[in-house]
Order: sequence, then C-alpha cells, then structure tokens
Amino acid sequence: MINRWMFLGLGLSSLVSMPASASPQVGEIQQKLQQLKSQYEQRIGALEAQLQQLQSNEQQTVQQLQKVNKELQQAKQGASDAASSGFNPQISVILDGRLASFGNDPEAYELPGFALGGEAGIGEEGFALGHTEIAFSANIDNRFFGQATVAIHEHEGETEVELEEAFIETIGLGNGLTVKFGRFFSGVGYLNEQHEHAWDFADAPLIYQGLFGNRLWDDGIQVSYVADTETFLQLGAEALSGRQFPAGGSHEAIGAWSLFANVGGDIGADHSWQLGLSHWRSNDIEGRTSGGHSHGGGADEIPSFDGDSEINAIDVVYKWVPAGDAQGRNLKLQFEYFERKEDGTVTLLNSSPLETTSYDGDQSGWYAQAVYQFKPQWKLGLRYDRLDADNSGSDEDVLEEAGLTDEGHTPERYSAMVEWNASEFSRIRFQYNRDRSYEDSDDQWFLQYTHSLGSHGAHQF
Amino acid sequence: MMRLLFRLSLLLALLFSAGARAELNVLACEPEWGVLVEELAGDRVKVSSATLARQDPHHIQARPSLISKARRADLLVCTGAELEIGWLPLLLRKSGNGKIQPGQPGNLIVTEGVELLGKPERLDRSMGDVHTAGNPHIQMDPQLIAVVAEKLQQRLALLDPDNADFYGQKGAYFQTRWRQAAEGWKKRLQSLQGRQVIVHHNNWPYLARWLQLEQLATLEPKPGVAPTTAHLGKLLTASQKQLPDMILLADYQNDRAARWLSDKTGVPVVKLPLSVDLGGSLFELYGEVVERLLQAAR
Repeated sequence: MINRWMFLGLGLSSLVSMPASASPQVGEIQQKLQQLKSQYEQRIGALEAQLQQLQSNEQQTVQQLQKVNKELQQAKQGASDAASSGFNPQISVILDGRLASFGNDPEAYELPGFALGGEAGIGEEGFALGHTEIAFSANIDNRFFGQATVAIHEHEGETEVELEEAFIETIGLGNGLTVKFGRFFSGVGYLNEQHEHAWDFADAPLIYQGLFGNRLWDDGIQVSYVADTETFLQLGAEALSGRQFPAGGSHEAIGAWSLFANVGGDIGADHSWQLGLSHWRSNDIEGRTSGGHSHGGGADEIPSFDGDSEINAIDVVYKWVPAGDAQGRNLKLQFEYFERKEDGTVTLLNSSPLETTSYDGDQSGWYAQAVYQFKPQWKLGLRYDRLDADNSGSDEDVLEEAGLTDEGHTPERYSAMVEWNASEFSRIRFQYNRDRSYEDSDDQWFLQYTHSLGSHGAHQF
Repeated sequence: MMRLLFRLSLLLALLFSAGARAELNVLACEPEWGVLVEELAGDRVKVSSATLARQDPHHIQARPSLISKARRADLLVCTGAELEIGWLPLLLRKSGNGKIQPGQPGNLIVTEGVELLGKPERLDRSMGDVHTAGNPHIQMDPQLIAVVAEKLQQRLALLDPDNADFYGQKGAYFQTRWRQAAEGWKKRLQSLQGRQVIVHHNNWPYLARWLQLEQLATLEPKPGVAPTTAHLGKLLTASQKQLPDMILLADYQNDRAARWLSDKTGVPVVKLPLSVDLGGSLFELYGEVVERLLQAAR
C-alpha cells in the first residue's frame, strides 16, 4: 500500500520538477500538481504515523497485560482483606432478649404424639435472654473459609455454652462444588440452615420443635453442587455422625446421612422463588432419649428409642419485591412440610419392671407463613402451624407414657407478629401465639429484641 | 411411553440448558459496569447484572438466580468499597466457582486502586451505615469511568487473549468518544459551577467534584437512616438563611422529604438516574443527567 503511494509520489514529483514553460496554463497545471504532491505527502505521512501507532499500541498492550498480571499478583496477596473489609476474622455478636408471658405453665409444654428432645420448649417466662451468639468467620486463605459460632444461653438456671457451628468450607473449588467439613446446620429444609436471629418469628415452627428439638445440626461433611444451568439447581449430600437428636446412640463412622435438592429462580424483576426437597435418615439409633409425658408415670421415667428413622421434607419460598427494592414494600411466603417414619422399640428407662413396646412412628407437620414489609422498617407476619401423629405399637400404655400418642388432639398454633427494624442491624418484635399444641390452649406474648453488632451480616434468600 | 420420556427429558434439558455459550460470561454487580462491558466487548461476551438501575445495590439478597449466575460467570465486575458487602461474599461462597474469587483474573473490583472520596474519620455505626472504604458511587465521575474502562479492557484481553485486539480497538474507540462527550457535557453545565445543593443520600460527591457543585447537607440525618422531622426542620431553618439551588436525589429514592423541603422553600427537586440498565449506555445515562440538571437550572 505504502509502496504504491510512494511510487506515485515519486512519479508526480518528477513530473513537477520539469522545467517551467512560459504558458499560464502550464503554470496552473504545475500548481495543481504541487497541491496533489503535498496532499499525497500528507496522506503518506499520516499512514506512516498510523503504522507506528499500531506498532506501539501492540507494545502497549503487552505492557498493559504485564501490568495487569502484576496487579493480580498484588491483589492475590491482599485478597483476604479486600474481601472482608479489613476485619480478620470478622466478628459479630447477636444480642437477643425477650419478655414473655404465658397463660399456662411453660414446664407443662408438650406436643402430643411427639417425644420432645433437643432444645424443644417455649422458654422462660418473664425477662430472659435468648441465644447470645458470637460468630467468627474469615477466609482462611484462598482455598478455605471458616466459621465458628458459639451460643450462650440460660438453661434451667445455668449458663450453657454451646458450640453451634465450627466448620471449614472450600472456596471456589470449581464446577459449582463446595465441600463443608465440621459442625454445621444441616441443609435439610429451608429454615434449618438459617440462624435463629434471621427467623421471622420469635420461636421455631412446631414441626421443627417436634422433629428436631429446634433444628437439625450435627458433625460431618457436606458436599453441594450448583449445576451449570440458567435456572438455579443445587444438589447436596451430607454424611453425619448421628450423635445429635433426632439420631443418637453409638454408630459406625456415619450415623446419619441426608440428601437435598433446591431449584429456584426469578420471575421478572419482582418475583423470586425456591423449591427444596430433602431426605434425612439414620439407621440403628440406640438409646435416643427424650422428655416423656410430664403428667403420666414417674418423673424419672425417660423414653428411649432404638431403631431406624427417616425424614422427608418439601419447602417452598416465594418473595415479591416490587422493582427489586427490598427496602420498600415486600412480601415473603414460606411453606414447609415434614414427615418422619420410624421403626423400632421404645423403652421407658428407670421403670420397673422395665416397660417396652414396639414402635411404628408416623409423624408429620407443616407450617405456612407470610411476612409483609408494609413500609420501610416495619414488618407484619402471620403463621399457622399444624402437626399430625399416627404412631402405633404393641403397648399403647407405654406409648402414651412416652408422649407418643396424640391423645385425640391435633396440635396447631396461630401466630402474629409485628417488628420494627431501626436499621438492618437492629430489630424489636412483638409476637402473639394462640397455641393449641396440647389440650390446654395457651396465649403467649413475646416482646423480643435481636440486635447484631460487629461485621455486616449476610443477606441470605 | 418412550416418546413421553423423550419429551420430558427434552423439557428438562431446555429448562436447565447451558445454552449456546458466548465466549465469556460476565456478571456485573451493578448495571453501569454491565453496559460498560457491553460497550467494550460487544457480542464477544454475555453480560448479566445482579441489580437493576433503579435498585439500591446495597439491599440485595443472595437469591437463587444470582447464585446460578455467579456459578456460570467467567468475569465478575463489581464496585467494591463495601457496597455489596451484604450479599457478594455469600454469593462467592455459594457459587463454587474458582474463577471469580478475589485475586483471580475473573474478579474485578472497580474501586480498587481508585482514590475514593468521603472516607469516614470515625468508624461507628451510630454514624449510620458508613462505608469504611469511602464513597462507592464513582460512576458519576467521567474520568473514573475512563479509568474503569481501561481496567476492564485489559481484564477482558487477559481472560480472552484471542480477542485482545478487538477489545483494544473497542476500548480506544470508546475512550475517544467518551472524552469528547465528557468535554461537551462539562461545557453545557458550565453555568452550574459553584451551585449549592442539598442531596438525599450521599450518592453525588463525584458528580459534585466534576461539576464543582457545593454540597450543603443531606436529607438523611445519617447515611442509610430515613429523614426525620427534626432533621428536616433544621434543614429548613438553614435553607431559609441560605437558599440552596437544588435538591438532588436518585430516581429510586423516596422523594417525600425532598418534596416537603421543596414546597417550603421553592427550591427545585432534581431526580437523577444513578445507573442505566443493560442494553442502554453510559452516554445515555450522562445525557439524561445533564438534561435534567439543565432543566432545573433554567
């Protein structure tokens, strides 16, 4: 290209340098030729400049790439503090306290057809602290994240310290895989993985109390996989020790295991949803004790279960957030259904002669709730709980003493709450329950504060 | 039966189809960075944004659709400076995607290496929802847009070296047009120099610096805390002594407090877009901002 222009230019310049004639026309031609010549020279010059520019651009690109690489190296070194706003580890404290009023004696609380274990119950009357949680978390390095949560609470006049969570988790293992190792809240159900301070009501749904004694947690390993799909699809499996309620007793290395699947997505900009299925199972449970029927048999007769247990669950969550503005009006609907089948024997420990029965457990329950943020800072919530037990065994009397017959009663509960959030770190909630868990209906009132200080909490779905 | 099964599996495959992949999947935390990527990379990338222009990017949840987007992303472009602190760390953890983790080429935090305005002198939540790193709303400074565009162009070239030349050309073309446009806007808004403004939330320090506006006060008593009657009363008294020229707020913010003050003082309320959705462009965004400011100044 350039060669051709140069050739042209040369030809033209030789033309122009011919001796001038006297004719004015020749002068004009010469002038025109001069103009042409200078135009071409300009264009050639411009082209040469462009060529040089391109070459230097290329060099610049290489230099820039080197620069980026260098920056990345530096970024890698400082990666952990960039991700966590300078606190390492991130520390947060949840302050939770309440004032409660019950119509019935909280000691008399029971769920007919469900042998209560774990932390099931409605707590203390009057002023009391809930769970004071202290959580530490951080990216340990570029491969692992770690978290430990200690919950301090009062139980029968004694301060108990409980290690709720202590786990490590892989970061960006690739292909959508994440492995968690240690003590953690199981991925079964929807509410189970959330901390109590993230719940929308002051107490756990009845079915969580009845089946898990508040929640399902254990030591073990969890592998989860997020599929490479437009629609959210997550599959997970857990192998657990099986030492915690509702498993229990001594086991082989793996005492319980679970599977879960979640599907979810958005509908337009205003709606989002998630559907979950989960399964939990523990075989060869030995000596799982629970609180018995408080007004039957001796007080020290403790029901103990041996056998196999299996839980299936489904959960659905839907959120409506107009224009995606979570600060303004929004609505959250939530539904969970659980079903537990058990097969084994129930023995009343400390009874004499030792009372025992075969046991074929069939327990189920669900709750549905709606929480509506009607204006910034203010939320209103309604919840309905219902349980159903259809357990059978060779000795009905033993079942009844163990609290495993439904006594012709279907536990249910209506709850309403209103809460005020001064900021996303503080909340004051007022809640009323019409509790028909057992024969004597109960009116329960709660005034609760839940405040968090320290690192910024996560906005989970 | 076989046919039914076949149809079912086809349906499932469609529902969860990975789809025809563009070269790079880019997830922008805010749409302004998404449109910038579109500008710089055209059809060589597939861009999605975690938030919409009218959303406050601070108040987002790590919802399922975002986890699956993060899982599929080759490049994550976010503001940083704690703007996404409530949900981005969770998204990164749940994604199981190594490419977009901090320190990887697929993780670009645009405020990193930028001198941010408004670093708090004191870190205390009684001061409201303060950003320790400084004010993150840098998209309102054309010079910083140019800086981010250059970073983006380099990062795209690094991740997709086959198209490096393409990104280089696109980048150079954008920079030229952007420089010219920015000069034009500045010229048109020359008359605004030294004007005094009250803002709803501290979204505009970069715009104020660019146009040499003077910010007198915020309607929010503290960042992230809704305007209170007491605070508005104080502002009214102050405004009556020294009348501001306009009240600025983002178009997604509640304008009740601004309208109240405007009614009492006659100072015009100017609602400005803070971002622009995918498919739009930053030229459009700035054009709109300039038009609305000019209208108010008249």
